[in-house]
Amino acid sequence: MPRPLILVLMLLVLAAACAKKQPPLGPQPAPPSTATAPAPVPPPGPPPPQRVEESVPVPAISEDGITNRSLEDLNRNSPLQPAFFGLDSSELDDAGRAIVASNAAVLKKYPLWMVTIEGHCDERGTAEYNLALGELRAVAVKTYLVALGVSPDRLRTVSYGKEFPFDAGHTETAWSKNRRAHFVITSK
Amino acid sequence: MLSTLAAASCAVAVLAQAPQTAAPSPQQPSEIQLVISGEPGTPPRYAVPDFVALSPDVADVAKMLGQVLWDDLNFEREFYMIPRDTYSTIPAARTADDVPFNAWRELGADAVVFGTVQKTDANTVRVQVRLFNVRSRQAVFAKEYTGSAATPRLYAHTVSDEIHQQQRALRGVARTKLAFSSDRNREKVSGPVQNRDVKEVYIADYDGENQRRVTTNRQLNITPVWAPDARAVAYTSYRRGYPDIFIALIYQGIQETPTNGVAQNWLPIFSPDGTRICFTSNRDGNPELYVMNRDGSNVRRVTNSPAIDTTPTWSPNGTQIAFTSDRAGTPQIYVVGADGLNLRRITTNDSWADRPTWAPAPFNEIAYAGRTGPAFDIKVFDLATGDTRQITFGEGSNESPAYSPNGRHIAFASTRGGRGTQIYTMARDGKNVRQVTRDGNNYTPSWSN
Repeated sequence: MPRPLILVLMLLVLAAACAKKQPPLGPQPAPPSTATAPAPVPPPGPPPPQRVEESVPVPAISEDGITNRSLEDLNRNSPLQPAFFGLDSSELDDAGRAIVASNAAVLKKYPLWMVTIEGHCDERGTAEYNLALGELRAVAVKTYLVALGVSPDRLRTVSYGKEFPFDAGHTETAWSKNRRAHFVITSK
Repeated sequence: MLSTLAAASCAVAVLAQAPQTAAPSPQQPSEIQLVISGEPGTPPRYAVPDFVALSPDVADVAKMLGQVLWDDLNFEREFYMIPRDTYSTIPAARTADDVPFNAWRELGADAVVFGTVQKTDANTVRVQVRLFNVRSRQAVFAKEYTGSAATPRLYAHTVSDEIHQQQRALRGVARTKLAFSSDRNREKVSGPVQNRDVKEVYIADYDGENQRRVTTNRQLNITPVWAPDARAVAYTSYRRGYPDIFIALIYQGIQETPTNGVAQNWLPIFSPDGTRICFTSNRDGNPELYVMNRDGSNVRRVTNSPAIDTTPTWSPNGTQIAFTSDRAGTPQIYVVGADGLNLRRITTNDSWADRPTWAPAPFNEIAYAGRTGPAFDIKVFDLATGDTRQITFGEGSNESPAYSPNGRHIAFASTRGGRGTQIYTMARDGKNVRQVTRDGNNYTPSWSN
């Protein structure tokens, strides 16, 4: 079977497995708007860490398909989804916790992966202030991942403030994409 | 390049001629009024024509020296600078003895500069400058400089600073420099994530000339700040993959690493005496302010809050630190003793008050970035009265104010030009805005002593 077809099949399987709780595997998932609280995502509060593996479906990614991919390719189309934040906030809301939980499941499936959690900010804080805000965002995600059972030895955090915006626009849509914890796989 | 910088800084060997006038002793009647005044109630009117080239290969330098000195003197707004394009009817003097005072008087000049420049050998120039009182026809200032031919603007800058000192007891800024970070090289950070712009630290003269790159590591190098001796720049670099503090001794090509990878550290700022550095670190799990000696020893924690504490700035006497904290729910400016005691909040009228910078004496004020609508404007908090005045008004977003060493000017980063983020300077009343950078994006200026 040609490789592109395998990929398409993988994506289909994955989409089915993810049902409605999972964000799509697309390159730029739509971030939740902060103005309209994206509450409908079901997980009720922070789930007890031990149960997470059952409560969050593990993406059905072919072991070979993932492990064959280069780091660059993995990060370009990552199985680890970004978590988004509100203005000047480093608290994970329900949607953010669901995303981090699904990332925790992926990280447990691939225990050799080392990951850097990058904290990013929109342009509405100053460049200087945002270095600290991004730090809090990255640490909030790391803390939750550790609570979900991911070894802290596999996780590094770094803040990039507003140095590397994902969307260079000046609208709430752009800002909401830029207020994120971004996962980068650094080794596998 | 660094050796060039070193040469530039040392180039001016000042051979002061005996000034034609010594300060008169009190008993004797003063024959010469040293300070040139204008008509009552108006600033003195200055004319700075082209310098005279005494050797043929410095004609361009002679013209440039006149323009740069005019610009430098104009920058402080202490004098009315008569526009140079109105001098065309006035015959050029060849020597200090044939300055056409009548013609200058007719133009309304109270003061006129007569300067000469001459190449004395392949690499050396001699610059002579006199400042004449047009009414008395006497020189109140006369100096000669001999030095490198490679840095001619520095002679004009030096003359400007000396004239401001003599005529106004004012510390000019013509020889100061700006440091900032820039993505102008359009290089990309190497690593697993594509398409991220490198930022390097640059320096430039206060007027934007002589822009030079300081760092070359192709990572994020941001938030540079001058050491008080103006010979070193501390900055935040991601060259090891995480933010840490580095100090570049720019004239020696030496680098210091005071924090050296103990946790993550960013936003260094020197105490006014240069012996200590305040910075933000996550070493205790949360962004807090710390003070250390310049060599990294004796680290002491200054703040203690589960919220963000960052963007420190020292008071002029080094006893207090202003910073941004969101401990009350929104980012606001606080002041704390450098020992961590006597915390107080100072901003109350802004929805978001961020990145303070403390003015040098005698200005008892703190400039900061305040949210106004969708973007930031520069505001100034008066510590004596508690009043706030706004000095930019919604032209783009305006951030990262940095005072000149005499407190009369503020450099800042703004998107007002529509071509990315650029460095500008303005007077502390918000007037006289000048664009300093144009290439790429440029951020977080710091103004040297």
